[in-house]
Amino acid sequence: MNQAEQKKLDLLITGVGGQGAILASDIIGKAAVTAGLPIRAAETHGMAQRGGSVVNHIRVGNDYGSMIPKKGADLLLALEPMEAVRYLDLLKDGGVIIVNTQPIIPVAVTSGLTKYPEVSDILDFLSQKYIVKAFNADDVAFEAGNRFAMNVVMVGAVSIYLPISKEILLESVKALVPQKTIEVNLRAFEMGRQKVEES
Amino acid sequence: MTMREYMLGNVAIARGLLEGGVQVLAGYPGTPSSEIIDTLAAREDRDYHVEWSVNEKVAMEVVVGAAWAGVRSVVTMKHVGLNVAADPFMTLAYAGTKGGLIAIVADDPSCHSSQNEQDTRRYAQFALVPCFDPSTPQEAKDMLPYAFEFSERFEVPVIFRPTTRISHGKSDIELGEIPVEKPAPNFEKLLDRWVMLPKNARPRHTHLLSIQQPIEDALAESPWNSLELKPDAKLGVIGAGIASVYAKEALVELGLEVSFLKIGAYPVPRKLILELLKNVDAVLVFEELEPIVEEQVKMIAQEAGLEVSVLGKTNGFVPREGELDVSAFLEVLKKTFDLDTEPEPSGTSLELAPRPPALCAGCSHRATFYSMKKVFGKDAIYPSDIGCYTLGIQSGTVETTLCMGSSISVASGLYHAGEKRPICCSIGDSTFFHSGMNSLLNAIVNKANITVTILDNRITAMTGHQPNPGVGYTATGEPTVQVSLAELCKAMGAEFVSVVDPYRLEETQEAFKAAKEFEGPAVVISRQPCVISGKRAGIRRVPYVVEPEKCEGCKQCVKFGCPAIEFNEENKCAAITTLCSGCGVCAQICKFEAIQEVKR
Repeated sequence: MNQAEQKKLDLLITGVGGQGAILASDIIGKAAVTAGLPIRAAETHGMAQRGGSVVNHIRVGNDYGSMIPKKGADLLLALEPMEAVRYLDLLKDGGVIIVNTQPIIPVAVTSGLTKYPEVSDILDFLSQKYIVKAFNADDVAFEAGNRFAMNVVMVGAVSIYLPISKEILLESVKALVPQKTIEVNLRAFEMGRQKVEES
Repeated sequence: MTMREYMLGNVAIARGLLEGGVQVLAGYPGTPSSEIIDTLAAREDRDYHVEWSVNEKVAMEVVVGAAWAGVRSVVTMKHVGLNVAADPFMTLAYAGTKGGLIAIVADDPSCHSSQNEQDTRRYAQFALVPCFDPSTPQEAKDMLPYAFEFSERFEVPVIFRPTTRISHGKSDIELGEIPVEKPAPNFEKLLDRWVMLPKNARPRHTHLLSIQQPIEDALAESPWNSLELKPDAKLGVIGAGIASVYAKEALVELGLEVSFLKIGAYPVPRKLILELLKNVDAVLVFEELEPIVEEQVKMIAQEAGLEVSVLGKTNGFVPREGELDVSAFLEVLKKTFDLDTEPEPSGTSLELAPRPPALCAGCSHRATFYSMKKVFGKDAIYPSDIGCYTLGIQSGTVETTLCMGSSISVASGLYHAGEKRPICCSIGDSTFFHSGMNSLLNAIVNKANITVTILDNRITAMTGHQPNPGVGYTATGEPTVQVSLAELCKAMGAEFVSVVDPYRLEETQEAFKAAKEFEGPAVVISRQPCVISGKRAGIRRVPYVVEPEKCEGCKQCVKFGCPAIEFNEENKCAAITTLCSGCGVCAQICKFEAIQEVKR
């Protein structure tokens, strides 16, 4: 594998509209540019955003299109457990899944039209074919100082797999989160990173 | 040193327009095109005019005026917007331009946020104008200064057609220079061009046809169309726009040697296609949506008497609907070489709950629909329109959605067909200003006995909160007149106009009852700012909480469908989450007074 190959990484970020998947992918995208790597990303905007299921494709070291082919993703970062399962056909066999175990219950489930699977069943299912790193990122964000920093916790968690240095990623966090929340977010990043390093 | 920035495709397009020296921009919001004008309107050092127009036709005509004054102008819209703007556009192709004019029309293969997936390249073909079809956000940015020059060189409008994956893709972008000098406007009174009387239109049509070949020749030499011939390759691949990048990635991955023609500008480069056809036995055409390149390739092969098989959409190798990707290209290759397709692994799967997009917690549309349904009942007919509120399909109050402004006219048609059931339609404020006004005028004059509900959330919400004529400020945030929907409806002859606050259920239901009783078209304007833009503007309400000892577990509040309301099956009790925006509607629905404001 040459150096260019090593810098190539296809990452999916899945979740629910409003969880901050776009900011998470922006942090990585901006950092990739600083690191001098080509980067492509595809996002969910518009109608599908309103509380619906969202998927972002992020391709570091890639100069073709922004869409990850089937079974092409190296990594899946799921901001919500059920949304980890929905896009599995894009992840390569044996790929890594980092999943936030805090569910968001869709309205159709609340009103009794359909069921939400047990989170433990989801994790068992994922573990059959993939390497799974699971923790409650909402709780970690709360500990870091704000539940809304969950997306940055997850960026921290995925950071050890990225071909981009931690310093550059942290600069990118600083540049993209609201000024007042920089400290909380840097803490959130570190705590997320630690969660995966420990596991 | 070159500057590189991480950008959204539409931001890169906005940058390309700046680098091309744009002077006038107009458009109507529509996914995936909206962020182009949003970006340019938000810039502080503007030396151009930028506006959100009331609809695409109007926007098109505004930029026509600018281009006839000799300045560089751009109109933006989504694909279906060009249907609205087609009237001026088709004839503009005859009249032509002075200043460069680019119509940016964003296509949405797979209907991510649209009612159809029409292909704008067909319009370009239809109107006989050049079309640019970028394959990456970087190319999109780089094409735009070229497109301005091209438009000026041939004095024709050009279409620039990004797709969702260009507009809403992100990429590292290498920036260029922004020019400082721009021409001053000078409208020349060229009546034989600007007055499309039959005697002028006929020669202009002839002229337009006469420049087709020079246009094609110039584009064949452009950087956007390029041919790579591999001496020993028997297979040729033609990739158009973004599909060319998908094909290229798959070919590089597989290490497959083929001759490759990339098409990024139309009319298609006949010269390059012929050269490719002469060198291969088969050509595979990979393009999104319509088989436009494919049809041309077949015609060219036939005219030249070449026996080359052309594989594409018309013979089932490439799907005609939906967006393409690398995997789709690999599928096509398997079919081409008759390879076995791997059976999908049948392993256990997990039953997932669907998660469709939903109206926000506290969205006033949900409240309006709740009252509407209460008063009009299950039997009534509910035509609706295009906006966030189309998601009201989950409330049972959206039963038709066709195109912008159609709710009122479809409702009228239902009534005139002799439907005896009550008809209550809904339309957003921006959609009403866009084209619903005409439909209401028509309903009033032709005496349709319907109720028209204007869901006035004081913004164009779905596309990212752009202003409309009702809000009192322009695209750049400058104060302007605030058009009153109620006065407008009255001026058009509406005799029943009632303005209500949808958060007050009783008041809203009284208005709907009166509207239902009224003989003739009745207008109910349901006014409450969008919760997202309201929050940004500083509206704060006290959130609500369920008092568990009072909750009877009847689920009436849960059935309202607000994402902030959950139900705990263990203690048979509803609960309100932190998503609550404090609209208070659920508290009015609860019969047991179990929902109360949070006490501070």
